[in-house]
Amino acid sequence: MKQLICCALLLSGLSSTGQTVPAQKDSTKVQELTEVIVISRQASRNKNSNLLSTVDQYLSSHEQVDLIKRGAYAWEPMLNGLSSERSVITIDGMRIYGACTDKMDPVSSYVETTNLSRSDIKNGQSGNAHGASIGGSLDLVRKKSGFGNNLFLTHLFSGFESNNQQRILGSDISYSRNRWYTDLDFTIRKAENYRDGKNQEILYSQFSKFNLSAAAGFKLNEHKQLEASVIVDDARDIGYPALPMDVSSAKAVIASIGYTRHHLSTTWQEWETKLYHNKVTHIMDDTKRPVVPIRMDMPGWSTTTGMYSRMEGKSSRHQFKLTASAHHNRSLAEMTMYPNDPNEKEMFMLTWPDVHTWYAGLFMEDNFQFHHQWTLNSSAGVAFQQHHLKDESGVKSLQIFYPDMKSVKNRFLKNFGSNLQYHPGNWRFSFGASYSERAPSVSEGYGFYLFNSFDRFDYIGNPGLKNEQSFSLNGTVAFATDRFSLKGQGSSFQIRNYIVGMPSPGLIPMTIGASGIKIYQQVPFATVYSGSLNASYGIVSGLSVSGKAIYRRGYTNEQLDLPMMQPFSYGVRLQYARNAFSAEASLDGAVKQWKYSPLFGETAAPAYTIASLGAGYQFKWKKNTFQLRSGVENIFNRYYTTFADWNRIPRMGRNLFLNLIIGFSEPLKAGL
Amino acid sequence: MKSLFIWGLLSLTLLFTACSKNDEKPAPADELEGLTLVKSISNATHIIDLYTANGKFETGYNPIYFQIKTTSGSLVDNATSSWMPVMKMMNMSHSCPFSAIEKKQGAQYTYQGFIVFQMPGNDMEYWELSLTYTINGQTYTIKERIQVTDPTRRKVQSVMGSDNKRYVLAMMEPSNPKVALNDMSVLLYTMTNMMQFDPVDNYTIQIDPRMPGMGNHGSPNNIHLTQSADKMYRGKLSLTMTGYWKINLQLLNANGTVVKGEPVAGDNESSSLFFEVEF
Repeated sequence: MKQLICCALLLSGLSSTGQTVPAQKDSTKVQELTEVIVISRQASRNKNSNLLSTVDQYLSSHEQVDLIKRGAYAWEPMLNGLSSERSVITIDGMRIYGACTDKMDPVSSYVETTNLSRSDIKNGQSGNAHGASIGGSLDLVRKKSGFGNNLFLTHLFSGFESNNQQRILGSDISYSRNRWYTDLDFTIRKAENYRDGKNQEILYSQFSKFNLSAAAGFKLNEHKQLEASVIVDDARDIGYPALPMDVSSAKAVIASIGYTRHHLSTTWQEWETKLYHNKVTHIMDDTKRPVVPIRMDMPGWSTTTGMYSRMEGKSSRHQFKLTASAHHNRSLAEMTMYPNDPNEKEMFMLTWPDVHTWYAGLFMEDNFQFHHQWTLNSSAGVAFQQHHLKDESGVKSLQIFYPDMKSVKNRFLKNFGSNLQYHPGNWRFSFGASYSERAPSVSEGYGFYLFNSFDRFDYIGNPGLKNEQSFSLNGTVAFATDRFSLKGQGSSFQIRNYIVGMPSPGLIPMTIGASGIKIYQQVPFATVYSGSLNASYGIVSGLSVSGKAIYRRGYTNEQLDLPMMQPFSYGVRLQYARNAFSAEASLDGAVKQWKYSPLFGETAAPAYTIASLGAGYQFKWKKNTFQLRSGVENIFNRYYTTFADWNRIPRMGRNLFLNLIIGFSEPLKAGL
Repeated sequence: MKSLFIWGLLSLTLLFTACSKNDEKPAPADELEGLTLVKSISNATHIIDLYTANGKFETGYNPIYFQIKTTSGSLVDNATSSWMPVMKMMNMSHSCPFSAIEKKQGAQYTYQGFIVFQMPGNDMEYWELSLTYTINGQTYTIKERIQVTDPTRRKVQSVMGSDNKRYVLAMMEPSNPKVALNDMSVLLYTMTNMMQFDPVDNYTIQIDPRMPGMGNHGSPNNIHLTQSADKMYRGKLSLTMTGYWKINLQLLNANGTVVKGEPVAGDNESSSLFFEVEF
C-alpha cells in the first residue's frame, strides 16, 4: 500500500517547478553545473503539457539547446549556438555517431521519450567526459526502475495530434524486486504530412517510428550490480521537406552492459564500468520525389564500440569524479547516381571513405567546497584521437584534392576549466573560464562532395585541418525564494582555428544546380555569445507565471555573421495546478533576425509569436491511474518560420493534441 | 620447422627448374598471361597467333602481341618482323599510326607492338594486316583481313586541324580508370601521307573531363598533357566518381595556338575533340 501511495504521488505531477530545472543538490554527486531536462512521464517534475511529444520537443524547451529542423522528425540539437560537431551527444554515456552525411540522424533521433528519464546538459569544456567537445555535452539518461521498489508497474499510453494525424501508441512495463529489475517499453509513432499556418500541406514531412527498449539489472550483492540494456529503433518513410532527399529507413541497435560497485572505500563511493556497442544504418534516397534532376541513393553506416569507467569519490570538502573512456567508430557512406541514359553506367562515390575513429580520453572533475558559501569546480582532461581511412579508393579520391594526404591522422586533445560559485543566502553567483579543443568531424575532415541544400554548395572535407581551440567564459547570477526566482546566464566562446566551409571559386560543383564548392577551412577565430534570462513567480498557491528570454550572436574575425544564431527570443508561461487538475497557457516568439549569414544561404527569419494552451486531469480508479492531457499548439494558426528552420520551411500550424496514459501498479511481496 | 619448409620450397623450385631445362619447347603460357587470342593468321610455312588483352582489335590504341610457330608447332624465337595495317576502302586505301615490333620484355617467343586503328571495318571496307618477318635470313609474309570494331566509348580521334593537318590522337592510359587522380597518356600523330603517320612534338593537349549525365560537372586538379622524355603525352586525369566521363580536349601546337577543340564554357557543353571513359 505504501508503495502504491508513493507511485501515485510520483504520477500526480503536482509539485510545481519548471520543466527545466537545475539538478538537485546531491551530496555524493559532482553535478553542480549540470542542467537537466526532465523527460520521464512518471517524474513529478515533468510539466510538459504534451507528455507524449517527441524527444526533440523536450530538448527544445531548454534555453541552451537549439534544434535545427529539416522536417517534422530528427531535429539536430545545437548547444549554446554551436553546431552539432562542436558538442557531444551521448545516451547514458555511450557514444553514437550518426550515419547520415547530411546530419539527418542526430543521436537523439534514435531514442524515444519512453527510454529516457532526463537529459543532462553540461556547458562548454565541462562536457568533455565522453568525448572532446567545445560546446558542451548532452547526455540522454535512460530510465530505469531500479532495485527494491517491489512493484509491478505498467502504463499504456496513446496520443493523437490533429495537424499531422500523428498517432502515438505505446506501453511500458517495469518489475522491480530487491535483487533485480526489468524494464521493457515500446512506442509507435506514425505521422502524415503537417500543415503550416496557411493550411498548406508540407509535402514530405511524414514519418513513422518504432522503438523498443529493454533493460535489466541484477544485484550481485549489497554493493555490486550488473545492468544490461538494449534499444532498437526503427524509423521508416521519413520525409525531409527542407532537403531534396528523404530517408526510407533509419535503424539503430544500441546495446550495453554495465557493472557498478558502491562504497569501495570511505573515499571512493561508486565505480561504474560500461561496455557498449551500437550500429546505425541510414538509407537516404529520393524515390518519393516525382521530379529530380537525377535519381540517387545515399546510404550510410556507422558502428561504434566503446567503454567507459567512472569513479566517484569524496573527502571532507572535495567531491571528485574520474572518467576514462575509449571508443572506436567506423563511418562509411556512399552515393550512387542513376543516369537518365540507360546505356551509361551508374555513378558511384564514397562520401565518407570508411573512416575509422579511435578515441581514448581521461577526464577529472573536482568540486571543492572551501567555505560554506563558496565552491570551486575544476576539471581537466586529455584525449588521443586517431582518424584512419581504411578504404584505398576513398584515400585515392581524396588525394585528388590532397595529393600528399596520409590515411592516418593522430591528434592530442586537451581541456581544462574552473568554475567558482558563491551562494550568499538566496543568491547564487557563478563564474567560469575554460579551454578545450576538438578534432574535425568525419565530414569536415573527409567528406567528399556533400551537398548542403541551405547554401547550395558541395562540401569537400579537409584532412589537414588543425584542432579547433575554444576559450570560454561563463557566468550565472541567480536569485531564488519560495515564490520568486530569477536566473541570468551568459557565455562567450572564442574559437581559434574555427572550421567553416569557404567557397573555392575555381572548382565545379558536382550536384546539379549547386552554386559551387566549399572546402572546409579555418578562420583565425570566431566568437559566439549567448545570454538567457529566466524568471518565475508564484502569484497565489497553484498559479505561477514564468518567462524566459534568449539571445545569441556569432561572428568571425572578419565580422562575418555565423549561421543558425538565435535572434532575441522569448517565452511566457502561465501555469495553474490544483489537486488533479492542471492548465497552462503560453506565448513563444522571436523578433526579426537582424544578424544572419547570407554566405550560408540564410535570409532573416521573420518575427513571430505563437500561443498555446494545455490542460490535464488525472484520477485514480481501483488500481489504475488515468492521466488525460490535451491542448492546442499555435492556437491562432500563425504562419511562421524560425532561425533554426532549414531553408526557412514553415512550422506547423494549429495543432490539437490529446494524451491518455493509463497506469496500473501492483505491489509485490518483499523478497528476492 | 621453418627451415624444413624452406628446404622443401627450395627442392620444389629445383625440381621445376630442372624440368623446364629438359623440355625443348616449353608451353609459353606465362608469356601470354592476361592475353586473349584474337586471330591466327597463316601462310604455307607458319602460323601467327595474334593476342590482345580483351581478344579484340578495336578502334584506338591496341597493344598487340604475337607468336610465330611453324606448321609443325615449334615456336620461333629469332624472327625480326614489321607490319603494315591498311584500311581498304571502296575507292582508296590508307594506313594508321603503328609502332615497330620488338620482343615482349622478358619473353622468349612473344613479340609486341601497337597499332592505332582510327576507324572500324565493315563488310565493304576493312583492315588488312601484312606481317613481314625474317627467320635465319629468309623473309616471309602473311597478309590477312582482320576485324576491327568500335568500343562503346571513344578512345581515338582522327581530325583535321585548323592548320590543315590531319591528326590522330589515341588515349593509352588510363586503361583501368579509378576514382582518383589517374595517370593519363596519349599518342599524337600527324598524317604525313596516306601510308605514313609521324609523331608530333612539343604540342599540348588540354583536358577537361565532364559528366554529361550529371549536369556536365567537371573535376578538379587535372594536369594538361605535355610531351615527356619518352615522347608520349602525359598528364593527370581526375575522376571524382565512377560512371561515364567525357574528356573534352583541346590540341595546342608548339606556339600555343589551338588547332582543334573548343573550351567547355557557357552554352558549349562539349568540345569537338574528346575521349570517353566509362567505369
